[in-house]
Amino acid sequence: MAAVTTAPDTAAAPARTGDTVLDVRDLRVSFGPGLDAVDGLTLTARRGETVAVVGESGCGKTLSALALSGLLPESATVTGSAVLDGDQLVGRSERQWRALRGAKVSMIFQDAATALNPLMSVGAQIEEVMAIHGTHGRAARRARAVELLTSVGVPDAAVRARSHPHQLSGGMRQRVMIAIALAGSPDLVVADEPTTALDVTVQAQVLALLRESTRDAAVIFITHDMGVVAEIADRVVVMYAGSVVESGPLDEVLERPHHPYTAALLASVPDPDAPLAGELPTIPGRVPPLGERAEGCPFRDRCPKAREKCGQRPPLAAITPGGSAAACWYPENTAAAEDGRTADEEGTP
Amino acid sequence: MSGQKVTGRTGRRRGLIPAVVVVLYVLVALCAPLISPFDPNHADLVARLSGPFTTVHGHFHLLGTDALGRDVLSRAFYGSRVSIAVAAATVVVSGAFGVLVGVLAGWYRGWVGVVVMRVADIALSVPFFLLAILVVAVLGPSLANVVICLALVRWPRYTRIAYASVLETRERGFVRGAVAVGAPGRWIVTRHVLPEVLPLAVVVATLELGLMVVFEASLSFIGLGVQPPTASWGSMLSDGQNYVASAWWLVTFPGLALFGLVLAVNLLGDTVRDRLDPTRSVSRKPFRRRGPGRGGRAPGWLRPGGTTGPTAPTSTAPTSTAPIPTAPSGTSQEA
Repeated sequence: MAAVTTAPDTAAAPARTGDTVLDVRDLRVSFGPGLDAVDGLTLTARRGETVAVVGESGCGKTLSALALSGLLPESATVTGSAVLDGDQLVGRSERQWRALRGAKVSMIFQDAATALNPLMSVGAQIEEVMAIHGTHGRAARRARAVELLTSVGVPDAAVRARSHPHQLSGGMRQRVMIAIALAGSPDLVVADEPTTALDVTVQAQVLALLRESTRDAAVIFITHDMGVVAEIADRVVVMYAGSVVESGPLDEVLERPHHPYTAALLASVPDPDAPLAGELPTIPGRVPPLGERAEGCPFRDRCPKAREKCGQRPPLAAITPGGSAAACWYPENTAAAEDGRTADEEGTP
Repeated sequence: MSGQKVTGRTGRRRGLIPAVVVVLYVLVALCAPLISPFDPNHADLVARLSGPFTTVHGHFHLLGTDALGRDVLSRAFYGSRVSIAVAAATVVVSGAFGVLVGVLAGWYRGWVGVVVMRVADIALSVPFFLLAILVVAVLGPSLANVVICLALVRWPRYTRIAYASVLETRERGFVRGAVAVGAPGRWIVTRHVLPEVLPLAVVVATLELGLMVVFEASLSFIGLGVQPPTASWGSMLSDGQNYVASAWWLVTFPGLALFGLVLAVNLLGDTVRDRLDPTRSVSRKPFRRRGPGRGGRAPGWLRPGGTTGPTAPTSTAPTSTAPIPTAPSGTSQEA
């Protein structure tokens, strides 16, 4: 611990939970005119907070994650604003990104089996991050690597550090990935479906550990699994067809979803406590592919409550004082909206 | 584990005999001054064109003498030095250069890649002997120029392999992971990409080695390589061709020496390829770079018939004593 020179000493630092680390406003990832894969992502994340980004495949979750770590393919254009601890992430050159990656932003990939180098010991791969970001001294790096492995719950870390990825189980590999992501003491950890490849019991362990070990960082957690969201998130951002349709604190979003898409997503999760009642609800149709997105609310075609006004795109509007916001003209679960809707429904033939 | 026993030709010792032969050749080359019975360039005109096993005024010539009365055995010993030195130097020079530009082309792609790969295509299309005559005409005949000439022709072999391998490796997850932790390009290339490329380059190099022995002999044969009186198998064959009808030993023994070395090197190259090349004969490989159980055949204990089949992999467990240091043994850890 004492030997670590450049990494901020996490134990001694005052708890900085609360200050906003990441402020993303109207982030767009475009592959050409009319091909906005991410169409206005707005979110903030505070230190120590985990923000889950949820949505179906093709909603722009992963592209958002890649945009936040500068790993998008060259064909993508990013506009808007994303400020991480004072650094603007949009419009950085590759060289400028390099200084941030690993040190301020790091990424946890879905498949640790491929994201780890099969020819290097896992300890060496953790040390590598520190070597890149200027932790001098092999012994210091090695000690910190073992320390990190211990902190992510790898038993017998000093021995495990010399293992190669194929000698570890999936859960252990994902722990190593987390250790690599934390090696540079980043302010922001972007986790792209980090537990999808794991079985459920291991998944729960890894989630708990991720929560535990990222107290000093903001976490953007990309997933499509509502169960995982409930387990790890502090706040939830629901994406649909490239834009945010709902965001808010975990409890509010899960208990009282405002957007019909969120409601439909939650309804399609089986409830183990409830008795089986016919078929599990599904959302008919599919996410409109890139380039086929019409004007107006993107969910209109699949929305049971779509009406004429949905031809105009609804803004992401604040709904509750708790910070919930939804992009819907007819949000659910709000007293005011309920009134508005009944009036509206009566007025519509 | 019973599956670790050597099973015939497919066993781990398949490359043992070629390896021993190659080592013998190298030892002969290194010790030529010690083991040669005569000075290879000492002409004894009294003893000229003596057959094998003849003794001329007290000097025993095991493999006979040539038209100038020089001892064929001694010249063959010294000739191995030229063959091995030229072949090794060529492989090192062309391999190093070829891998370097191939990796650069694969990493930077764009115009760098286009230029490198088109130049490689051009180099491959130049007739070898034409280039050899040109190089010798410009630089003069010498061992170093033989190496330059061969390297000029052979580097694209390595470049193509390296280029393809880099293109594949750069898309792999761990390279993306290295980018994601802020590793600069040079770091990624040396730490993550080269270790994937080098085994392939080594495979090409071992297969090239035998060819280079033949090429050097060819150049020496037509007089563009080693200059007299220095002994080389190629020049010995060339000198002996006038006497094929009367003095068979002049072409037979250098030819056999050449044949033996090339055969051994090629067999060794096959073994190296089988061990290192992930795209070939998975079931025969005792060592898999992707770890056990990914692709290829099921481990012996999963297949009907157990581990006794003649083509059963020698071992699929990570605890196998694989000779490659990049996959140290150890026990699997389950979470």
